[in-house]
Amino acid sequence: MKEEIKKVKEELVEKLKNVNSVKELNDLKVEYLGKKGPITEISSRMRDLSSDEKKEVGILLNDLRNEANTLFDDLKNKLESEALNKKLESEKIDISLPATKIKRGSKHPMSLTIEAIEDLFVSMGYDVVSGPELESDEYCFERLNLPKGHPARDMQDSFYITDEYLLRTQTSSVQARYMMSQDEKKTIRIIVPGKTYRREDDATHAPQFSQIEGLVIDKKENNVSLADLKGTLEIFARKMLGENLELRFRPSYFPFTEPSYEVDVTCFKCGGKGCSLCKQTGWIEVFAAGMVHPNVLRMNGYDPDVWGGFAFGPGWDRITMFRYGIPDIRLMYQNDIRFLSEFDRKDED
Amino acid sequence: MILSRKFVSDYVSLDENLSIKQIAEDMTRVGNEYDKCQKLIEADNLVIGKIIACENHPDSDHLHVCRVDVGSDILQIVCGAPNARVGIKVIVAKVGANLPEITIKKSTIRGVESNGMMCSIKELGLEHKFLKKEDIEGIAELPDDAKVGEDPIKYLELDDEIIDFELTANRGDLLSVLGLAYELGAIYDKKVKDIDLSYKEINKDINDEFSIDVQTDNCKLLLTKKVSDLVIKESPAFIKNRLMACGIRPINNVVDISNYVMLETGQPLHFYDANLLGNKLVVRMAKPGEHLTTLDNIERVLDENDIVISKEDEAVGLAGVMGGLSTEVEENTKSIIIESAIFDSIKVRKTSKKILRSEASNRFEKGLDPKRTYMAINRACHLLEKYADAKIYQGMLSYDKTVKDDKVIDITVQNINNVLGTELDVATIMNVFSKLGFKSINNGDNIKVEVPTRRIDISIKEDLIEEVGRIYGINNIKGKLPKLSIKQGSYDKTTRQIRQKLVDLGLNEVLTQIFLNDEVAYKYCDKDYEIVKLLDPLSVEKNALRYSLIPSLLKVYEYNKDRNLKDITIFEMAKGFYKKDSKFGEDNKLCILMTGDYYLELGNKKSVDFYIIKGIVEELLHFLGYDNRYSFVINDIPSYLHPGQSANINVNGKNIGIIGKLHPNVAKNIYVAEINLDNLLENRVSRLKYKDISKYPSVVKDLAFIVNKDVSNEDIIKVIKKSGGKLLTNIEVFDLYTGENVGKDEKSIAYSLTFSDMTKTLSDEEVMTIFNKIILDVENKIGAKLRDK
Repeated sequence: MKEEIKKVKEELVEKLKNVNSVKELNDLKVEYLGKKGPITEISSRMRDLSSDEKKEVGILLNDLRNEANTLFDDLKNKLESEALNKKLESEKIDISLPATKIKRGSKHPMSLTIEAIEDLFVSMGYDVVSGPELESDEYCFERLNLPKGHPARDMQDSFYITDEYLLRTQTSSVQARYMMSQDEKKTIRIIVPGKTYRREDDATHAPQFSQIEGLVIDKKENNVSLADLKGTLEIFARKMLGENLELRFRPSYFPFTEPSYEVDVTCFKCGGKGCSLCKQTGWIEVFAAGMVHPNVLRMNGYDPDVWGGFAFGPGWDRITMFRYGIPDIRLMYQNDIRFLSEFDRKDED
Repeated sequence: MILSRKFVSDYVSLDENLSIKQIAEDMTRVGNEYDKCQKLIEADNLVIGKIIACENHPDSDHLHVCRVDVGSDILQIVCGAPNARVGIKVIVAKVGANLPEITIKKSTIRGVESNGMMCSIKELGLEHKFLKKEDIEGIAELPDDAKVGEDPIKYLELDDEIIDFELTANRGDLLSVLGLAYELGAIYDKKVKDIDLSYKEINKDINDEFSIDVQTDNCKLLLTKKVSDLVIKESPAFIKNRLMACGIRPINNVVDISNYVMLETGQPLHFYDANLLGNKLVVRMAKPGEHLTTLDNIERVLDENDIVISKEDEAVGLAGVMGGLSTEVEENTKSIIIESAIFDSIKVRKTSKKILRSEASNRFEKGLDPKRTYMAINRACHLLEKYADAKIYQGMLSYDKTVKDDKVIDITVQNINNVLGTELDVATIMNVFSKLGFKSINNGDNIKVEVPTRRIDISIKEDLIEEVGRIYGINNIKGKLPKLSIKQGSYDKTTRQIRQKLVDLGLNEVLTQIFLNDEVAYKYCDKDYEIVKLLDPLSVEKNALRYSLIPSLLKVYEYNKDRNLKDITIFEMAKGFYKKDSKFGEDNKLCILMTGDYYLELGNKKSVDFYIIKGIVEELLHFLGYDNRYSFVINDIPSYLHPGQSANINVNGKNIGIIGKLHPNVAKNIYVAEINLDNLLENRVSRLKYKDISKYPSVVKDLAFIVNKDVSNEDIIKVIKKSGGKLLTNIEVFDLYTGENVGKDEKSIAYSLTFSDMTKTLSDEEVMTIFNKIILDVENKIGAKLRDK
């Protein structure tokens, strides 16, 4: 019987060598380990043996069964993994073929810019507010210390709709609206991004453009000063246009501020050395700014003896052009899909 | 205003080493921007020469071969000018000379060597309007006293430098050489020199011959003087050159003096031929429809808002703008009446805007200093006596309602430092006022400043603070961060979120102009609105404001199509303008335009159709919280839309926009949606809250109905929903079929229904009971047939 057991094992090992599929394997498993298989058959003959022999053969048979199971399992694993690999191999694709194109949208660069500016000012406690684009002469000019017939109105040739209504020439109109809307006069800290319109159309002027007005009004005792204005604009310019920029204030004239300034920043293209962008001056004009004129405060219900503050207004288009290096304002209004699609990803913040 | 360095140097001495560029930059620093700064004549390597020989060119019928003595050398120059001849003194541009338009090189002209060029005045680069015929047609002939070998520009006194300033509207005082001198004096701490106003008077008095009558409040100051025995001739070179440097064409000594004085003092003057004017000068408002022929020989029709100067009853000048032709100073004028006056700036501005912008009107508009009105008339007498042999009458007729006292402003050191954010001491501040030529006295930190009348722009403390900032040097002030109370900032998040959502859905945001043609605008306008039109448009194409953004986005589409870019999926958020019941309004709108391919897979693409744009709109409405509150309604479809593939979008039963395909008459295969964001967003949305989800598995059942083609999916779904009740938690349409397996006028729509219960696993029976009820209801109410599996 011992011989038989040995022979069964040798025979099984030999047969397993020729097994190529899980099915053949299962058949062989049934053949050897099934009820009609040699192991069962041998064990059925065991009752004729002496108890010592029984014990010995029992151990041998048990070993054989275990060994057979191991052999079957190993081979099964091997066969299965071979089959899987074969399947995977057959499923191979060319990953270099193009991806399914999911339409990619983009924000207009003007929007990217204003979102960044809004975030900056909101973080400093400013409110972002808006106002009508079709504005009355009163709010666009008169309440900003620009009475009818004032020569400074020449700076802003306007599109009138009637004698009294026009397309606003400046977002400053919202200064007056916002001040007037405060039933209880309190601290104001706002920026007003918006479209503005002037009756001009040449190489450097479009009839439609955009501005961002900023206004801070606080109690006089808090001394909101020109130095504060300068500090605020430094943050603005450095955040939007470049870390190491310097600002240069040039006295100027706007009827709604006194003193008034035009503010240049170091040319971010050449770093101030002089180039075509800055017309060799090393400076780029970015802001108009100043301390709110007492007449403007008074006309809009804020007592200039109690309140004071500053206002500023960069060109939104210009900031956008500078930020992204867009050479011509017309590109921003042409809406060439190729242009728009360049702005389809996250920008540094 | 153009600054002539020579002219201004009469009144303030500028360091010779100071370059014109430096002066321009220093002026910019104190607030006076410039457009350009340059030499009056941008030419070098020029020399005075004398033609010592002139022969005809052997190979030309008009060229001459000249030998020109330039002092250091004798040059052979080929010249084509008809006036080239032996003996004349000329301007020679030597080899290497740079003229505004050319650089001179050694050359051979038709076989003859030429070493330089003899120049015409034109070639020196003077503006065309200053040139006489002979300046253009031939080489310049210099007078005999010109010294060979010397610099001709210097000889002609054209060795000037200019800065063209772009001044701010408040600084009317800088429209004068004196004003510029004071400004430079403040920058470089120099005193301004006195102006010579001296002249002798003859034994005749204007009062005996002439009178004035001011009949309007719009003239606050009128001065007249009379001069006689004028000799009209060419002005001396310095006057001519300075006028040209400042952009004014020289005419004759008398006319030139009136312009010269205007440039010096900022006060425009007018000279009338005394014989033609008669014995009275009246200032009054024009009569409606009154005619006046101005100096430029154009007949103007005036109205009651124009101030005129008249003799007796006939207008002879448009006050502040331009004189009349009938009393013009001419070659044979012997005596003149000089008018120096101040007219109302707003009236002059209106008239000049209507008729003509002139050097004079520009100055009247910005406001004048009455002291200068006196100064100017006396200065004119001084110059007329000196350069036109004039005899000056005694007496000056004057009408004067002006205040000429210096303005006194009280200010404290504190006032100044609070606004500027500085810590300037009283001495520094007083020094600034002194540089500006303002008298100031202090009592501790309280300063009393007397502002001279020439600075009409200064009237309040803040104006003085600006002066201190500007002269002290604004860039010496360090920026700091405001110390403000902590406050929460806010912004309109919804606009930004809509933008982000649409970008995520694959749309490109565009930015277009609001202007368009009114007829186009009307095509896309709501029927109870009027389009807003501009009073004074730039062109017919842009004479109105859009209400709908659709035409603007169509333009974007066309622009891109022309560049072969065909997959256009764009949106814009902007205002739409309207007029209703004679009131103006503006709505915030969102417009979407889609065409071309939306989805692209290798070998399989999806072009934009109604269902894609509907999907975009539904995604947005869902995102904004309007699930189950919106519907697409097919009535009153605007005419620009395809009647069979368009709808109104309603939220809470109220129209908020449109969606659909553009009518083929408008454009092919373009889908649009336009939403009035104001109308949409006024529908409040509740806060986002968690809702329980079922712990038990759901059951999904599919079915399909065959219905008439005209039955809408929406109608079927309504019945299914009602019939399914609470346990029916989701309905998906997963197939639409038309074709041979259904009738010709029929379609089959397949639905996948999901049933679930919050409290238990639904049994098959429970589901089937509802399922069968749904089938029955749809069959009965819609007339549908259940399609066999």
